[in-house]
Order: sequence, then structure tokens, then C-alpha cells
Amino acid sequence: MHTKHPDARGKAKRTGARVKALWRYTPLLLLAVAWQLTAYFQLVSSSALPPLSDVIKAWIDLIRDGDLLTNGVSSLYRAGAGLLLSVIVGTLLGISMAWWRPVNMLLAPIVEIFYPLPKSALIPVTVIWLGFGDGSKILLIFLGCMLPVTLGAFNGARSSEQVLVWSARSMGASQLRMLWDVVVPSALPELLNGIRTAIALSFILLVSSELIVAQRGFGYLIGFLGANGTYDAMYAVVFTVAFLGFAADRIYLLLVQRMLLWRQ
Amino acid sequence: MAAIDQPASGGGPNRFMASPELPAIKALRTAFRLGARVFSVLLLAAGWEMLARSGAVTHFQLPALSEVLERVWSDAVSGDLAINTGLTLYRAMVGFAIAAVGGIILGMAMSRVALARWFFDPIISVGFPMPKIAFLPVVMLWLGVFDVSKITMIVFDAIFPVVAATLIAIQGVERELIWSARNMGANEREMLWQIVLPAALPQIMTGLQVALPLSLIVAVVTEMLMGGYGLGGAMMTASRFANSTGVFAGIVEIAAVGYVLVKAMALVRRRLLIWHQEANQPTTV
Repeated sequence: MHTKHPDARGKAKRTGARVKALWRYTPLLLLAVAWQLTAYFQLVSSSALPPLSDVIKAWIDLIRDGDLLTNGVSSLYRAGAGLLLSVIVGTLLGISMAWWRPVNMLLAPIVEIFYPLPKSALIPVTVIWLGFGDGSKILLIFLGCMLPVTLGAFNGARSSEQVLVWSARSMGASQLRMLWDVVVPSALPELLNGIRTAIALSFILLVSSELIVAQRGFGYLIGFLGANGTYDAMYAVVFTVAFLGFAADRIYLLLVQRMLLWRQ
Repeated sequence: MAAIDQPASGGGPNRFMASPELPAIKALRTAFRLGARVFSVLLLAAGWEMLARSGAVTHFQLPALSEVLERVWSDAVSGDLAINTGLTLYRAMVGFAIAAVGGIILGMAMSRVALARWFFDPIISVGFPMPKIAFLPVVMLWLGVFDVSKITMIVFDAIFPVVAATLIAIQGVERELIWSARNMGANEREMLWQIVLPAALPQIMTGLQVALPLSLIVAVVTEMLMGGYGLGGAMMTASRFANSTGVFAGIVEIAAVGYVLVKAMALVRRRLLIWHQEANQPTTV
């Protein structure tokens, strides 16, 4: 693993990988070209599908005005705060459910009832409780993202190998020590998977709640621009949000790979 | 290594070594488990009712559970509940069916035709983690606010897990199975229908089990955003009139529909995969 490639070979390898990546994503490029041509030759009305070039122009304008940035910051703050809370509480809940039987018996039926509930249905309730501002969105994202994290932690911790637990116990490890040294590490892969689901969910909940009620944020901006009929700008924001969701997932995957590599 | 860790299920040594349990003890244990489940749900209900009646929160913030259930009952009697549930389920199921059939076909095409894989692979891998709900205003712009646009959104969201699961499933079919079938002279069509699809079915079902709740989620969200009838639309209407009993009744109704749907899907899975060892295992949900 540690042998270094000669410089030239490394370079060739890198360009090879680059060409491969480019070839891989060519279909997306083709779609973009098809979009531009469709709009250019007016095959559909330009209000339904503004040309890609106009959308890019509108995006640059939005960046210059600072509209995208200010709304984006408040959106990401909501998503980040809700997600962080859900990861902390969800992990604690899931591991306690796996570790203490009474907790499991008490909480499992409740988790089972709330799991299939479409979490967006909670949007009006969080508004009733906390109003139209940041608080209601953070609560919504927290509640919605908590269950996948809980289930991930629970399944991971429950599947921690009994042999490990027994041997740790026979060596006289205390309960807490065992939780931290044996159960948490073995729960990690499934927990990290649950968090990945939660990240995807947080974007969905964020956008839908902001589309319904908000004075700031990506969803608000999309709704506002759509209502004004500036569709090229609306497309720009829609694709920005979609790209951010995709980027968050990829960055998270990279981090997880790092983390699991370090663990082994 | 893995084979040592996990004894082959379906007839592994565990099954024979487990001490036989007396039927009476077994029945007692089942009853206890059921009791514990009912108990915690009742506890939750009682906590809600008491919190609402204690005066710590206003009626607007949390109407009493009994009142909410009364509202659900009156919805049921007036027929609104049936209409709204029917509409939501109709949209969710039509979208789910299109996504399921389309997703399996697309996944199969991608695993057999190199060109199809080349074209769709980046689209699937980029599109899967995207928050597709952000495209809702675009779909509204194209297709309006009625059933077509709602169902389009559902298909758009639910197709990704099906395609991904189908791809993984077909790639995961054991080589030995394919080789021996081919050796015995199976033609392409027989290979597909008798070997590849059945062997891939458990994984495909997992994808469908992800897609079904997703369909319901998107159905409810699109109804909330576009208005009209349906469980989500009814809840939004209640919310606009600051009718919090109606909002909570909506949540109870949607939760019930979601619960039944997920359970039904698990049942279908067990039925379809009765020949498969996995059918004996409990599903996660």
C-alpha cells in the first residue's frame, strides 16, 4: 500500500481516471445540450423551459445580489441544527433501546407507529407549536430525521457480536466502558447509514416546509420567484438545492469512508 | 469466514440445539409481548390526553386526543375520510405501480444493455440523493396542479430506489446459478423468468419496500403544496383555518394509512418470498 508510484505513471493514471470520469458523466452533458437546443429552437414555450444559458445567467445574478447566499445560509442553518439534534438524540435513543430491554419494550411500539408516518405531515403541527420561523423548521427536521438515526443505531448496536460483549464482560469491563468500547464501535456502520438517510430526509423536509410557509430560505425563494414568473431564476434555485443535496450526500460518503478506514 | 460466523439458516445447527419450549410458556411470552406493546401505546395516548387537559398547553397547541378521535370519527361518518383517503391512496398507488414497473424494466435494461447503463448510470447516481421535491414547482409549471403532476412527482421520487435495488439484485445473482442453468440449456427468456428474476426478487422487494412509503410521503406532500382533496390537502385546509383539531386528526389519519400500507407490504413480501429463507426473518419495520 505504501509503495510510491513513479511520478509519470501516477500522472498517466490520473489523466486516465479523469477521462473515465468525463466519459461517465457525458450523458448528463448530453441532457444539458438537449435542454439548451430544445429551448433554443422553441420546441416548448420559453416560460415552461427557459434556455439553460438564461438559467446560468440568472444564477450568477442571484449570487451577485446575495439573494442565494442569504437564503441559503438560513436554510442550511435550519437543516444543520435539526440534523445535529436528531443525530445526538437518535443515537442515544437507539443505543439505549438496544442495551436496556425495558427501554426497548417501551419505545419500540412507538417507533413502529411513527416510522411509516410521512414526516411532512408534521409541518402544520410544528407551525402550530413554534410559528413560522426557524424554530418550527428545526423541530420538523429533528423529528423527521430522528427515526432513521435511531433505527440505525439500534440495529447496529443489537448486532454487535455477542462474543465480543462476553469477552469484554469476562475481562471485567464495566457497563459504560463496554457500551463505549464494544457496542458503539460495532454499531457505527449501521448508524452511519442511518445518518445518510437522515441527511437526504433533512433536505426534503427543509424544502417542503419552506415551500409551504417561510419568509426566508431556498424553498421561499423558489416559491417567490415562481410566483413572480421569473422562471429562469426559479430553475436556478431549484437546481442549486438539488445539487446541494447531491453534494451533501457525496461529501458525507467520503467522510464515512475515511472514518471507517481509520477504524480498521 | 462469513460462512463460519453465520450458520446457514433454514436448517442450521441452531435450530436443533435450541431447547424445546413448552407451548404454554410460548403462549405466555407472546401474550406478554403483546401486552407490553399495547401498554406503551396506551401510555402515549394517556400522556397526550392528560397534557392537553392539564392546561399546561393551550387548546390550539394540543387538542385532547379524545377530541381528535371524535373529529376522525365525524370525518369517517360524513364520508370525507373515505374520499380523502381514497384519493391519496389512488395517487400513491398509481405512482408506485408506474415506478415499480418502470424501475424494474429500467434496472433490467441497465444490467443487460451496455448503452442503457452508460446513459442512465450517472443520472441515477446523481438523481438518487437529490431532494426531488425541489422540482415540484417546475412540475407544477408543466403539468398543472391536478392528479397528473402529483403522480408524476411520485414516480419521479419512487423510481430511484427500485432501479438501484434491481441493478444490485441482478448483479448479485450467483454466477453458479447462471452457469448451471446455461449448462442445462436454458434459453435467454427462460434464464430471465426462471432464474434471474426469482433470484433477484428479494432485493427487488426491498427496493419496493422503500418505494412504497416514499410514494405515500410524496402524495401527502404534493397534496399539501398543491391543495385540493386528499389527506394532505384536507390537513392544509384545516391548518389555514387555524383548526388544530383538524390538523391533528389529519396526522392520525395519515399515520394509520401509512401503518397499514407498510404492514401490508411486509405481508406481501412474506407471501411472495415464502420459498426464500429470508421470509422467515422479521423485517426491520
